[in-house]
This record gives sequence, structure tokens and C-alpha cells, in this order.
Amino acid sequence: MEHRPDPAFRTALSYIDLSRRYYAAHGYDVPYRWATNFDAPFTAPTTPPTKANVALVTTSFPVVDGERSPKSVYAAPSRPPPVEMFTADLSWHKGATHTDDVESYLPLQALSEAADEGRIGKANRRFFGVPTRYSQRLTMADAEQIGSWCRQDGVDLVLLIPL
Amino acid sequence: MSLVARHLEQIGFPTVVIGSARDVVEQCGVARFLFTDFPLGNPCGRPYDRAMQREILDSALRLAETAFGPRTTVQAPQSWGDHQWRSSYMRVDEDNIEELRRMGRQRRQHQQVVKETAEDC
Repeated sequence: MEHRPDPAFRTALSYIDLSRRYYAAHGYDVPYRWATNFDAPFTAPTTPPTKANVALVTTSFPVVDGERSPKSVYAAPSRPPPVEMFTADLSWHKGATHTDDVESYLPLQALSEAADEGRIGKANRRFFGVPTRYSQRLTMADAEQIGSWCRQDGVDLVLLIPL
Repeated sequence: MSLVARHLEQIGFPTVVIGSARDVVEQCGVARFLFTDFPLGNPCGRPYDRAMQREILDSALRLAETAFGPRTTVQAPQSWGDHQWRSSYMRVDEDNIEELRRMGRQRRQHQQVVKETAEDC
């Protein structure tokens, strides 16, 4: 029989609720405090996507000699797109899917094709990676570094893709 | 990642977050969010489904152009296909609660040993 979501509950999973319950079951009494804001900064684009230099940001990491590269903010060349990325230490649904296809979370090839077909101006020469951290202070330092790289590269639009 | 998007918007870069953890991204508050209702791991589309991945990328590009204000969420129309995954992530029930408690105790013991070793150095 086809599995259907229970209409008595919202269909989109609440990862805040699930993780709080899951770690409480492990005996951790103090729940994680998620970043919470009621406002959000907004920059209107000045360049249409068809003329924009588009950069990607990922939470995955390059693989070096079969291991994860050091877990700090990084920039890496967009071409050729990596054939594998390190995702094993990230939280994703390991029982339901896999991350063997890099394009399913870091679409560098698709972005490059979009540039070739004129759907974007160009794919930025490098992409950026940011570690998932529990410290918001450290994440902000990483954000400043990525901002500085985006300025250097003349990026017009950033697509951020957490796993 | 949403904090990074907020910072980039603050210093003048338009952003789109593509992700599958709707509540986490919306609670942080970002300018533009393309929500793909998939199991965590493949926010840009099913593995090796190039047509779906292209559609999702194009939706993100359209969202960049069309959102007129912050906190704009668009839910991508693509479907994962089945819904079984919704009930299996971070599952807690009477079948596994004892095992989760045991894993938690084991982890805390390990962390205590690491802490004591560090203090000895």
C-alpha cells in the first residue's frame, strides 16, 4: 500500500522538533538553540540572472586522499566539477537516500550548462564551502570570508545549498 | 548556512537558499528560500535526475529575479515520489528508545574520557 502522510500533521518535517526529541531521548536535557530572527536583510538584484556571475556555497567538503579536507571555510575551482565530495559527517537522511551524485546538492555542472545556454551570465570561477558549526560566532567569521571572496570575484548572485 | 546568506544580503549580495529543512531556514530568516520537500541530502533534486535538477536550479534563478521582499519562500513543485522517508528520520519510539538512551550514555562517557585526558595534558 502506498504510504501517505497523515493529514492531521503538517507534511513538511520540523527538524527543530525532531532533533530536540531525538537528542532528549539520548539523555541530553538542554536543547540546541536555533538561530531565530523575525526580520531578514534583503538586497534587490541589479543584474538579471542572464547577465549575472553566479556562485554556489555548500556545506560539503572536498575529498583529499579519501579523507575530508580540513573543516574550515574554503574556496575551490568550479571547473572541472568535483566527482565526489565528503558528506559522511553531515546530518542528512542516510536511511532514505545517498549523496553519490554531487549534482544533487552542488550543481556545478548544471550551473556551467546554464552559462553555456545563456540562462545565466557565467558560473563563478570558484565555489565556496562553509562548515556546519554549532557556534554562530564562528559561522559569522566564515560568512565574512565568503563575502570577501564574492567581492574579489565580482559575484552578482549567490546560491547557498545546505545538505 | 542561513546566517551566511543573511550576512551576504547585508553587505549587498542577493542570495537564494535551496534547502529541505524548511523550519530551520525560515526560523533563521533569509531573503529568498527555495524549499524542496525532499529527505535531507539532495536539495537540488533526486540523484542522477538531471531534468529535475535543472528545473530546480532554474526555479532558484527565477526566485532571485522575482522575490520583491525578504522572507520569500517558494516551495518547488517537484516531488520525491514516495513519502516513506517522512516517518524514519530521527525516529524515536518504544522500539528504539532504550537503544538511544544507551548510545547517549556511551557518548557522554566517551566525552568525559576525552575531557579528562585533555585536562591531564
